[in-house]
Amino acid sequence: MTSKIEKEDLSRRNFIFGSIAAAGLTVAPGVMLYQTANARDLSKAASSKVRWGMLIDTSRDVDWNKCVEACVKEHGLGNEEHSRPDQRTQYIRVVEVKNKSTGYSMSLPVMCQHCEQPPCVDVCPTGASMKREDGIVLVDRHRCIGCRYCMMACPYKARSFVHETLTDQSTTTPRGKGCVESCNMCVNRVDNGQLPACVEASEGAIVFGNLNDPESDISKLLAKHGGKQIRADLKLNPGVQYQGI
Amino acid sequence: MKKLHFLEVEGNSRGFYTLLGVFGLISLIGMFAAYYMEHHGHYVTGMSNQVVWGTPHVFAIFLIVAASGALNVASISSVFAKTAYKPLARLSGMLAIALLAGGLVVLLLDLGRPDRLIVAMTKFNFLSIFTWNIFLYTGFMGIVAVYLWTMMDRPYNKLTKKAGMGAFIWRLVLTTGTGSIFGFLIAREAYDTALLAPMFVIMSFAFGLAFFMLVLMASYKYTDRPLGDYIINRLKNLLGVFVAAVLYFVIVYHITNLYSADHQGVSAFILADGGIYTFLFWVVQIGLGSLLPLLLLYGPTGKNRTMIGLASALIIIGGLAQLYIIIIGGQAYPMVMFPGMEVSSSFYDGVVASYSPSLPEVLLGVGGVGVTLLLVTVSVAALKFLPASLADEVADPHAK
Ligand code: SF4
Repeated sequence: MTSKIEKEDLSRRNFIFGSIAAAGLTVAPGVMLYQTANARDLSKAASSKVRWGMLIDTSRDVDWNKCVEACVKEHGLGNEEHSRPDQRTQYIRVVEVKNKSTGYSMSLPVMCQHCEQPPCVDVCPTGASMKREDGIVLVDRHRCIGCRYCMMACPYKARSFVHETLTDQSTTTPRGKGCVESCNMCVNRVDNGQLPACVEASEGAIVFGNLNDPESDISKLLAKHGGKQIRADLKLNPGVQYQGI
Repeated sequence: MKKLHFLEVEGNSRGFYTLLGVFGLISLIGMFAAYYMEHHGHYVTGMSNQVVWGTPHVFAIFLIVAASGALNVASISSVFAKTAYKPLARLSGMLAIALLAGGLVVLLLDLGRPDRLIVAMTKFNFLSIFTWNIFLYTGFMGIVAVYLWTMMDRPYNKLTKKAGMGAFIWRLVLTTGTGSIFGFLIAREAYDTALLAPMFVIMSFAFGLAFFMLVLMASYKYTDRPLGDYIINRLKNLLGVFVAAVLYFVIVYHITNLYSADHQGVSAFILADGGIYTFLFWVVQIGLGSLLPLLLLYGPTGKNRTMIGLASALIIIGGLAQLYIIIIGGQAYPMVMFPGMEVSSSFYDGVVASYSPSLPEVLLGVGGVGVTLLLVTVSVAALKFLPASLADEVADPHAK
C-alpha cells in the first residue's frame, strides 16, 4: 500500500473519527507500534486526493470466512446476548452465488461497498450517514437517530441495526443500541497506516489502496485487469470492486 | 337552507369522560409499549436487519396518509366552493391535524434513539426526503391551524378560501413526499416505480375519508345530534369513487410490474406465492377492503348507516393491509444483488425474510390511533368544530 497523505483543512467529520482513533492510541498503546509513515496526521482532515478502495479477487482459493472472523475480532462484533440471528450485526458476510442454468458457483465477501454516490448518505435525515473526503462511508453514531432509512436504501444490505445494549465493546469501534452501523473500512486502522482487518486476513486476495493514485497497486491492477462492481447498473461507483464475478 | 350553527360537545358528561378514559388508556398503553421497546432495544420486536421497518411504520404511515386525505372535505368546500361540504370543513381540518399528530408520535417513538429528537430537529441533510418530510409535516399542521382559525373567527372568514387553497396544495405535496420515501429506494424492486407517489395521494383520499366518516357518524350518534341522509349520501358516494380509484392504481401497478422483466418478481410474489402477503392482498386488501365496501356502499345496503360505517371500517382495515404489503412485503422480498443467480449467505441473502409483528409493535401502532382519537375528543368539546345539527334542512343547500 502506498499513499501520500495530503494536508487539508480540518473538517468535522474527520475530526470526530480522528479523535476516536486518537483515543484508541492512548487506550491501546500497542497500536502505536503499527504507526508507519503512511499514518494520517490526525489533526488534519482526510484528503480528497485519496479515495480508499478494495479490489477483491474471487478466483483466489481463500477461505473468506477468515476475513469475517478478522472483522468480528477487530470491531468487537458478536457480543449480542438477546438478539435473534437475523438481528445480529454483520459488517461483512460471505455470499454464495450459483448460476442455476450452468451450476457454476462461487463465493465472495460482501461488505459496505463505499459508494462514490452512496444512497445511504443521500437519504439520512440528520447527516449521520456520511462519506469522508477519502471515500470511506460510515455512520456517525453520535448523530444517528436510528430511523433505519439508510438500511432501506442500501442496495447491498450492508448495514445492521444495534438491537440491544452492548457491553464489552472494542475501544476503537464505539457501537450503540438504537443506532445503525456498518463496515467502516477499519478507519481506525487506516488512519493509523494499517490495512483493514479483512484485507490483512485475506492472504493477498483483497488489495487495498488509493484509487486516486495511478501508481498505487490497486490502480495498476484495475488498469490491467479491470474490476467489476456489484449492481453496476445503479451507477453508484462503489470503492469496493471485484475480479472474477 | 337553515342557518348553520356550530356548538361544542358537552364536556361535562359521563359519555365524554368515558371516551376520554378509553382513548387515553389506549394511548398510554402505546407509550408504555414504546418505552418497553426502547428500554430493551428492538430485539423485543419482530423487526430485524432484513425487515427494518415493521408494524409501527404501517400504522404511522397510514395515519399520516389519512391525515392529508381527511382534509379533503374542507378542500372541496373552500377550494372547489361546494357549499354542501362547508358544515364539515372544521371537523375535516381538525381531524387532519389529529391524524398527523398520531402518526408522527408513532414514527418518533419507533426510532432507535427517540431521545435524539433534538438532533433530527436541528441537524438537517437537505438531500434527504425525510428531512423534507419533517418540514412538510410541521408546515401542514401550521397551515391547517391557520385555515381552521380563518373558518372559526368571523372577521377572518374572507381569508378562508386563500388559506384553504394553501392547505390543499400543501397536502398534495405532503402525500407525494410520503410516497416518495419509498420511491427513492431504487434498489428495492417493490418501490422502484414512479407510480407510488400518485398512488399514495389517491390512497390518502380513500383512507382519510373513511376515517372522517366514522368519526362524523360516531360523534353525531354519540351526542344525539341529527345527521341527515343528504350529507351522508354525498360522502359515501365520494368514498366509493376513491376506493375504486385506489383499486385502479393497484391494478396498473401490478400490470406494469408484470410487463417489466426486472419487476416481475415482486408482483408475482405478492399476487401468487407470497404466503401471508398474498393472503393479505387478495382477501383483506382486495376482497374485504375494496370490493365488499363498494358493494356495501353502492348496493341495496347503500342507505343503511351501519353498513356505511362497516364499509368505512373495512376500507381502513384494507388500507392497513395494503400498507403492510407495501412496507413489510416489499422488504421481505429478497433484494436482487446478482440478477439471475441463486444467492445465499449468513445474512439472509436470497431468501424471503421472515417477520411477525410483536405485541409491543402493535400496541404502539394502535396507541397512535388512540392519540388521534383522544385529540379529536378533546377538540370537539373545547371548540366549536361540529354543527349542532346536520339534518337535511340544515345541510342541504337546496332544502327549503
Ligand atoms: S439510521 Fe441513522 S445513519 Fe441511517 S439514515 Fe437514520 S439517522 Fe442516518
